[in-house]
Amino acid sequence: MNKTLIIIQREFLSRVQKKTFLLSTILLPLLIFGFYALIIYFSVKGEDNLHIAIADQTGQFEGKLQSTDNIRFSFVKDQDAAGLQQAINDKKYTGYIIVPSGFNAAGKDSLTYTSNANVGLMTKEKIESRINKAIEKTNLQHLLAPGVTMAQVDSTRSNISLHVSKQGSKSGSTGFAYALGFICGILIYMVLFIYGSMVMRGVMEEKTNRIAEVMVSSVKPFQLMIGKIVGIGAVGLVQFLIWGVLIVGLQMLLPLLYPQLLEQAAQQGGNMPAMGGNSQQLGMMKQIMDNLNSVNMVQILVLFILYFLGGYLLYSSMFAAVGSAVNEDPQDAQQLMLPITMPIIFSFVIMTQAINNPDGGMALFGSLFPLSSPIVMMARLPYGVPGWQIALSLLLLVLGFLGTAWLAARIYRTGILMYGKKVTWKELWKWAITS
Amino acid sequence: MSLLEVRHLKKYYATQKAVDDISFSIDAGSIFGLLGPNGAGKTTLLRMITGIFYPDEGEIIFEGRPFNAEKDILRIGYMPEERGLYKKMKIGDQAVYLAQLKGLSKSQAIEKVKEWFEKFEMQSWWNKKVEDLSKGMGQKLQFVTTVLHEPKLIILDEPFSGLDPVNSNLIKEEIYNLAKKGCTIIFSTHRMEQVEEICDQIVLVNKGQKMLDGKVGQIRQQFKENLYRVQTEGNIHVPVSGNFSVLKQGSHEWTIQLHNGTSTNQLLSELIQAGVPVNGFNEILPTLNDIFIRLVNGSTSATRQFQNVSL
Repeated sequence: MNKTLIIIQREFLSRVQKKTFLLSTILLPLLIFGFYALIIYFSVKGEDNLHIAIADQTGQFEGKLQSTDNIRFSFVKDQDAAGLQQAINDKKYTGYIIVPSGFNAAGKDSLTYTSNANVGLMTKEKIESRINKAIEKTNLQHLLAPGVTMAQVDSTRSNISLHVSKQGSKSGSTGFAYALGFICGILIYMVLFIYGSMVMRGVMEEKTNRIAEVMVSSVKPFQLMIGKIVGIGAVGLVQFLIWGVLIVGLQMLLPLLYPQLLEQAAQQGGNMPAMGGNSQQLGMMKQIMDNLNSVNMVQILVLFILYFLGGYLLYSSMFAAVGSAVNEDPQDAQQLMLPITMPIIFSFVIMTQAINNPDGGMALFGSLFPLSSPIVMMARLPYGVPGWQIALSLLLLVLGFLGTAWLAARIYRTGILMYGKKVTWKELWKWAITS
Repeated sequence: MSLLEVRHLKKYYATQKAVDDISFSIDAGSIFGLLGPNGAGKTTLLRMITGIFYPDEGEIIFEGRPFNAEKDILRIGYMPEERGLYKKMKIGDQAVYLAQLKGLSKSQAIEKVKEWFEKFEMQSWWNKKVEDLSKGMGQKLQFVTTVLHEPKLIILDEPFSGLDPVNSNLIKEEIYNLAKKGCTIIFSTHRMEQVEEICDQIVLVNKGQKMLDGKVGQIRQQFKENLYRVQTEGNIHVPVSGNFSVLKQGSHEWTIQLHNGTSTNQLLSELIQAGVPVNGFNEILPTLNDIFIRLVNGSTSATRQFQNVSL
């Protein structure tokens, strides 16, 4: 078998077989899942304090909508949408509902709730149920006479649906792109640090334990370095795949957990009748699916893996070079790492810019320049990036990797057998270009 | 036939001539001692022979052909002075891994490791980790990993440091065995008594240059100072003569140095004529230790100074 392959195999297996690997690989998705479930729980629970303006042009709801501590209704007269919008901008109300004069409660007309803030699904359900109850009450009042048939009672049932419209800067889908871009960027950022420093520690271990000399009497230093980088990269990839599978799998479980959360919320929410979670659940799933469809998930996934690999290879070879240059003293490592960590942190800064302005000059530069492209491009992707930019960025990334690997290999070759001397970047540079 | 020959090898660093024009050749199947004080350039020399460094100048001939680092290192086993093993790795796996990197297939490697572990009574170690081993045990393991792949040339840098006498002997026996099987062994050390005992041929380097090269016996002859030990009886008056001088006078033993041109027979007849009872008479050859110290101290300074080297 090829020696590099043997080295890759060892680097991979020795890490995957560790207990810490198993622990972190399984615990992290559980943690994320727990976090996720918590967010949904709270958004369902909807502890909000709403003050809703009702501009009722039919007059049929007047005095019939039940106000509670959490949700208060105020009836306003002679206000149009613009005036009400102004009122919620002034924080007089949290939102408003206009009941148009032609509103037909018996028909399938719907109402729209407009607010500046996000409205939790549970809150929406609550408002909806109050309105429907008011309509049902009115309908039932008409029947307060003997000889009412069951069919007539049934006909009082109201099923008015409430649309939620959020005013303000971002629509639901850009908010999603924002979040997705941010998460992807942060993930790559973490990957570079976590796996990059794993490579560095591995190289330092080989050097300080003096294994390097035994190894380089069997294999070329370059093989040793590449074997380590690829082996640890494979560990990272496997870890991400497991995480992906676990997270997707757990998310599938969420709807099963969801009705439970709903009932719990219903109990805490007070007098609201428990209702079938089904329609709501479907609504939520649909919303997520809509968001997912608005960005190309497959493209993002494939590019995530490519940028993960490209960025990792580029940075880890530099981390390997630094690891080869330091002696036992971890403080030396800190010092030498600075020129590597700086571009990563800068990329992060550019990324936060790019998310707000994905087509700006800074974002474009950041997503093409190989040292920052893995992080910045991931943040831009959900907003849609022209194909040529992606191709160019990937090409530059590959070239960047070849460049840093070449330099790193030369530093590594000298550094791995050099003991006792504290090395500066100036010297590293000399090793890289002269040896 | 010589297994390894180095010709005018040079390796200069920025501030030092680490190896400065060294040539020697090593016979196949012999045990070769590479001696020198600390910082003499031994490690650099060995690293060039193991293909870790390329020489700046000169050539290395391995088995009659120019040294091809990539192919020939598979036939070399190198045990560096600073031992190195993966601390967290199981011992058996580690030995198999290193053997695989020397070109053995996995099954071959496992078989070999088992064989050697049995020989050194290390079978129970297989699943232990290196960090659980004592220094001496680690040493034994390192030796095993060095010779596992049956190299033609074995290079051992200070193989006995940290070993107790029992394990020292075990390894020494193995070195003899390997040499008998046709392996050539380069043995780098500054423990002279071991060199004297084990090595057929030695080279002494100091400050990057070769000071001495030859068979151990020849070298001792070459450096002899015409010293003789005469065993006699107590209270005997030492005769005075122009042909020799007495360097040391014990109660029953004298150390006598012959002046140039005087033969041992002349000395004996003079002693007998003077009525000295001669109970024993033998030549004192200098130990390698003496020669080493004399040569290294004889040069202006034993410690290297840093200097700028222009190529």
